[in-house]
Amino acid sequence: MDIIVCVKRVPDTSEADLAIDKGGKDIQKGGLDYDINDWDRFAIEEAVLIKEKTGGKVTVVTVGDEDAEEMLREGLARGADEAFLLWDESFEGSDGYATAHILAAFLKQRSYDLVLTGTLADDDCGGQFGGMLAAMLGVPVATLVHKIEVKNGSITVRRELEAGLSERLDIDLPAVVSVATGINEPRFVSIRAVRKVASIEIPTVDRGELGLDEADVGSAGAKVEIEKVFLPPEGEGAEIIAGSPADAAARLAEILKEKGGIA
Amino acid sequence: MTLLEPADVPLAGISAPIVAAAVLLAAIAIFSYVMLRRIQLLRAVLPDPRFSEIGRRIWLAIVYGFGQARQPRYLGAGIMHILLFAGFVILSLRSLTLIGRGFSSGFHLPLMTGSVGFAYEVLKDYVVLMVLVVCIVAMVRRAVFKPARYQHTGTSKGHGAEAYVILGMVSALMITDMIYDGSALAVGGHTSGAALFPAASLGAAFMGAASQSTLSVLHVAGYWAHILVFFTLLNYLPISKHFHVITAIPNVFFAKLNKGGIKPVRWGVDDWMELEECGVGRFEQFTWKHVLDFYSCADCGRCSDNCPAATVGRALSPRMISIKARDYVYEHYPVFSANKDPDDKPFTGNIVTEQEIWACTTCGACEQECPIFIEYIDKIVDMRRYLVEQGEMPVSLQKPLQQIKKKGNAYGATKTKRAEWTKALEGIQVKELQPGDATDTLFFVDSCGSFDPRIQEISKSFARILHRSGVEFGILGKDETDSGNEIRRLGEEGLFEQVSSKNIEAFQAREFREIVAFDPHAFNVIRNDYPVKFPVTHASQMLARFLEQGRITLKGNYLAGRLVTYHDPCYLGRHNGVYNEPRAVLGRIPGMHLREMHRSFTRSFCCSGGGPLLWYENEEEKERMGERRVKMAAEIGAQVIVTACPFCLINLEDAVKTTGNEGKIEVIDLVELVDRYLA
Repeated sequence: MDIIVCVKRVPDTSEADLAIDKGGKDIQKGGLDYDINDWDRFAIEEAVLIKEKTGGKVTVVTVGDEDAEEMLREGLARGADEAFLLWDESFEGSDGYATAHILAAFLKQRSYDLVLTGTLADDDCGGQFGGMLAAMLGVPVATLVHKIEVKNGSITVRRELEAGLSERLDIDLPAVVSVATGINEPRFVSIRAVRKVASIEIPTVDRGELGLDEADVGSAGAKVEIEKVFLPPEGEGAEIIAGSPADAAARLAEILKEKGGIA
Repeated sequence: MTLLEPADVPLAGISAPIVAAAVLLAAIAIFSYVMLRRIQLLRAVLPDPRFSEIGRRIWLAIVYGFGQARQPRYLGAGIMHILLFAGFVILSLRSLTLIGRGFSSGFHLPLMTGSVGFAYEVLKDYVVLMVLVVCIVAMVRRAVFKPARYQHTGTSKGHGAEAYVILGMVSALMITDMIYDGSALAVGGHTSGAALFPAASLGAAFMGAASQSTLSVLHVAGYWAHILVFFTLLNYLPISKHFHVITAIPNVFFAKLNKGGIKPVRWGVDDWMELEECGVGRFEQFTWKHVLDFYSCADCGRCSDNCPAATVGRALSPRMISIKARDYVYEHYPVFSANKDPDDKPFTGNIVTEQEIWACTTCGACEQECPIFIEYIDKIVDMRRYLVEQGEMPVSLQKPLQQIKKKGNAYGATKTKRAEWTKALEGIQVKELQPGDATDTLFFVDSCGSFDPRIQEISKSFARILHRSGVEFGILGKDETDSGNEIRRLGEEGLFEQVSSKNIEAFQAREFREIVAFDPHAFNVIRNDYPVKFPVTHASQMLARFLEQGRITLKGNYLAGRLVTYHDPCYLGRHNGVYNEPRAVLGRIPGMHLREMHRSFTRSFCCSGGGPLLWYENEEEKERMGERRVKMAAEIGAQVIVTACPFCLINLEDAVKTTGNEGKIEVIDLVELVDRYLA
């Protein structure tokens, strides 16, 4: 089974002190460390696990500049067979829609049985990409998938719903599946594993090769326009409890009792 | 009256010397062949340079091999073993003599005549009786008292019966000797009496009522039985767990000399990154010394008895690694049939499971305890290297390692903030050394001291002490990277090379007299693993020196009469032999009441490990190691646990809370304690 995995490079904001960019439409990304979107790691692992069972080929692809190459190389170290970097200066400023457009153009040029991706990206949390990509390709889609079973020409997937519910779908191939974290345990990628795939060439594919109009990509092709990015204003009723841990705990218990949080 | 000697009595019409020659030749031939097969495997596996520093090795062999110096760590069993070993050495002359007596009735070894020969005869007779008594006690001990450390864990076939076989055979050797000599005594050959020949006399007493013809049969039969048992025993050794009788002393001679360090991925290879495979996945990827270790394990269980992982219920039992590996050898490299193809399944992950491999904290208690210096840490690290290459790594450890890869620390913090902790110091400006700067002392803070809020307190205390001492010092700040001690021990060699080379580069770009670290893990890795050597000191050693030189003086009453105990960190004590300096510092603290825990010094009990191991979650353990340790402190009534390692501090502080000892026991780092007493 040939599987193409779409991945995204995102800034690690977990331990960073975030500040708003001068333009007011983005955060300052200068000092941030970047890594693969965590959800996409699970997508690559799932693709490699399926390949190990059924044979075939795994391709990793992203829309991004040369800085994204390291992430793709890590995808190769995880067991993917080839990787592509889709980049053109005109791609700058793509939103989920424009990105889906670029990747749809890439996918239409290739044969595949399954497209995997993470359900969300850790940076903007749009969650639109998988669905839009499937619509553009005209293939079925399933999101938040936490289990995939491969049948002959189709797959059975389980989707994670709220309140612990699970939904089972039988889907014809080709299809787009966006996975949930926890679908597997992504393998550890050692420095040596990355070094071992150092000689594999990662081709860059530009807009011309994808046959895309400048108007369909980048900020020109984006459907979402960000007006303003700002830190949430301090809300009413928020209280920071000061004092020793013992005092703070006592105060917290008091509040919880007061507000009816505990009986 | 004398009896006919065995050499003079034909057996089934064949002259005795011919029988003796046939038995000797057959036995030697079989033994040589078996040994050859065993040595063939040693030659087939990977190289390991163990011929350096011959003088030191001979000394080890004398002290720990012939001298059995580690045996008394288990007093009862140790004394029994020393007696058996002494008997073995003394009676080896007797055995050679007896073999010779098959050829000639008057045979004796050179110089063994006259009064020397007589004295030896007397000595030998006492030793025979002693060995017999020890064997009986050993069998009773095993059968009746069943010491827990002899029990096997896991799925091994068990080798308990082998102990009885060997003890039985040794007893049989003694008894046949007593029959051989006793029958002669009973006939009246000797008149010197029971005081000189107690074993023979005892034998004679049992045979006292026998007729002379029975005695002559017993004399010859006792002799041949002795010879047959002797050669059977000799040939049983290399096919059983008693191979150590032959291999133990060589194993001590070839012991690892660079304690604290980890072996390279492969000896004799310049660029391990170019290797097809890395680490030990297949059995044949162990080094010959590691296979010799497997041959040599006597299954005494002392390693596992002291293993903290085994103690708290993790899947690891170090000796089972040796036992299972030797079972694997005996099965796949049999003596009398062709080598078996290795199974489809690799050794690592199947024979030794992943749970066993990740359960180890590399504390070194097992290696410290082994009477014959069997190594475990290097093997476990080699197996981890293989697993890491396969992408296997406990989930809880992946994140911290990824963070180190991206940011140079497991805390996920930005490296530009590495010196941030110094801002909270009042009145002290800690110098962040830039490339080209020079100072006296380079304080290596490491990630934990830079980013962990609790450990930052130790960093601050140490900066205050350094400041007070008047020593010029500085830190690397943003140019510092995680020291990498655990990274290497978790098998991620590539990442270790990455972080160590960054630190080495930072060291080389600055001038200093020495590096100091309060984290023993950092101290250890810089001292024993970094490919470029720098003078490095642990904070406890520096504090001892400062006090000695009068650079700092201590005053105050922080402890207020509380009972103190000292917890030896594994990477300070066992791996680097620093036991006395921390205690010397404690001795200088006014009003110190120190009491040692039952497990201290070389027998200290690991608190569950440092570096990224702080994040490691183990599903099998029933209790945290730190909790076990805090209970040991509570047992002796300690109210303060002083340690000299930030990770011990964190683990023990947590354990004080979870064992309900909060408010009763305080955990404090030696550096912090000294800071409290700065005059």
